[in-house]
Amino acid sequence: MAGRRILGLALVAVACMVAFLAIGLRGDIAFVLQLRAVKLAALVQVGVAIALSTVVFQTVTGNRILTPSIMGLDALYLFGQMLMVFLLGGVGYATLDPQLKFAAEILLLMALACALLLPMLRRRLDMGLMLLAGVVCGVLFRSLQALLARLIDPNEFAVAQSASFASFNAVRTDLLAFAALVTLAAVIVVWRARHVLDIVALGADAATGLGIHWQRTVTGLLVLVAALVAVSTALVGPVAFFGLLVAALAERIAGTVRHATLLPAAALTGIIVLVGGQALFQHGLGSGATLGVVIEFVGGIVFLLMLLWGSRR
Amino acid sequence: MIRIENVSLRIRATPILRDINLTIPKGGVVALIGPNGAGKSSLLSLIARLRPLQQGTIHIDGLPVDRTPGPELARVVAILRQDSTVASRLKVRELVGFGRFPHGRGRLTAADLEIVDQALARFDLTDLADRFLETLSGGQRQRALVAMAFAQDTDYLLLDEPLNNLDMHHARELMRSLRAIADTRARTMVIVLHDVNQASAYADRIVAMQNGRIIADAAPLDLLTPDTLETVFGFRMRVEIIAGKPFVLHHL
Repeated sequence: MAGRRILGLALVAVACMVAFLAIGLRGDIAFVLQLRAVKLAALVQVGVAIALSTVVFQTVTGNRILTPSIMGLDALYLFGQMLMVFLLGGVGYATLDPQLKFAAEILLLMALACALLLPMLRRRLDMGLMLLAGVVCGVLFRSLQALLARLIDPNEFAVAQSASFASFNAVRTDLLAFAALVTLAAVIVVWRARHVLDIVALGADAATGLGIHWQRTVTGLLVLVAALVAVSTALVGPVAFFGLLVAALAERIAGTVRHATLLPAAALTGIIVLVGGQALFQHGLGSGATLGVVIEFVGGIVFLLMLLWGSRR
Repeated sequence: MIRIENVSLRIRATPILRDINLTIPKGGVVALIGPNGAGKSSLLSLIARLRPLQQGTIHIDGLPVDRTPGPELARVVAILRQDSTVASRLKVRELVGFGRFPHGRGRLTAADLEIVDQALARFDLTDLADRFLETLSGGQRQRALVAMAFAQDTDYLLLDEPLNNLDMHHARELMRSLRAIADTRARTMVIVLHDVNQASAYADRIVAMQNGRIIADAAPLDLLTPDTLETVFGFRMRVEIIAGKPFVLHHL
C-alpha cells in the first residue's frame, strides 16, 4: 500500500513539473522552456533538500515540530555568508569563485550547526527548551547578521545583499550545478541511511543498544542536514515553515514513520507543493510574489496546530 | 561471561556506583534487587554501554564494552530499558523487526522474519502484530519491547524492570518465557526486579544492591532471609518457605 501511495505522489509530482513547464507558454518557446527548465531544476532541488533535511532533523531530535529553519539554521547560513563578506571585504568576496564560496559557506554552516546543536542534543533538552533555544538562536543570528551589515561599508553591503537576496521568484541559478551535486550526494547518503534513521528514531538508548554509535551517527546526520539547508537557503533564501508543512503532510500521506517510505514521500511532497504551487501562482494566476507567503501562512498554521495537539508521540 | 571489575560511577559529585565487582557466568537468570536509587539501572546501563564507563572495566565474553564496535556488541548483548519511549506510528511487527538490525543492518531476510514471528508468538503478540504502538496499552507495549530485545537473539539479555505495567497473567507468562529461554537456549538473563517473590520463583541467583554497592549475592534460598532483606530494604519482613522456595510477605 505504501508503494502505491509513493507511486501516486510521483505521478502528481510529474504532473506538477509538466504544468510548470507548459502552462501559459508563448513567445519564443525554446527560450522560455529553457528558462523554465533551469528554474524547475532549482525548485525541485529546493523542495527535495528542505523536505529531506526536515525529516532527518526531526528524526535526530526525536520530535515532529522542530525543523532546521525553526532552529535558526538558515539564519545561521545567512550569518555565515555575511561573516565572509565582513572578513574578506566586498571585493575579495565578489571576486571569489561562486562555487568555491558556496562550498566554504556549506562547510561553515556544517561546523556552526554541529557546534550549536550537538551540545543541545547531548543534554537531551526537551522539546520546549529546544524550541525556545532555536527561536533565540534564530533571532541572535539575524541580529548578528544585521549588526555586521551595519559595520561594513555600503559597497560591501550591496555585495552581501545580492548574495543573500533570493526567493522562489528570484532563484540563484549560478549555483545550480554545484548545488545539484551537493543535493544528489546528500540524497544518496540519506537513502542509504534509511534503515539507520529508523533505528535513530527510537532514541539514543535503544539505538545504542542496537549497535548504533550514537554520537558519530548523529553528528554525521546533522552535517548532512546542514548541507541540505545550505543548498536550499543559497538557492531561494530562508523559508520558515515550508519544511514543517511538507514533513507533516508526508507523514500523513505515507501513514508510517519508516524512512524507506517517509523519505521518498517527503521529497515528492516537497516537489509537489513547491513546483505545483509555483506553477499555479506564477503561470496560472499570473502573480508571482505570493507563493512564499501562502506556504509560510499554511505552514505557520500547521505549526500552531501541531503545537496545540502536542503532536502526540 | 559478564565480568565487571572495580566499576564506579559518579553523576556530578554524587556517587552512584561504588567499586562494583561482579561475575555472571553464561546461562541462567540473575535477578538484581534493591531499593530505589541503589544503582541497579545504572549498572545495567553501563554493562550495555548506554553510559560511558568512568572507572573500572566490563567485559562480555571477553569483549570490553567500551572499546568493542557497536554492531558487534549488539549481537552479544541486548537491553530493555525501564523508560523506553518509542515513536507511536510504528506497528508492533516493525518494532520487533528492529531487533534484527544488528544482524542485517535493516534488511530483513526470510530467516529474520521467522525470528520476528517467533518473538511475536512467544510474547503473545501475534494478534497485535499489525497494530500501531500508539493503540496499545502500557503492558502490551512493554511486551512488544521485550519481544524486540528477544528478537535481537543475543546470548545476554539485560532487562530493567520488564514486569512494569504487566498484569499478573502476563507477568507470570513473561517470567516463565524468560526462564524457558534461559534453560533451552543457554541464554543469560540479568533482570532488575522489584518483586522479590518473582526473583525467588524464577532466578538462579539474586544480587542485592544498596546505595551503589553489592551487599549480598547468593541463591534465592540463601539470600531471601529476614536478616538480609532488612539490611537491603531497611525493614523486617516475614519469609515463608513454600515448596522449597522462599516467599517474602513484605506487604504484611
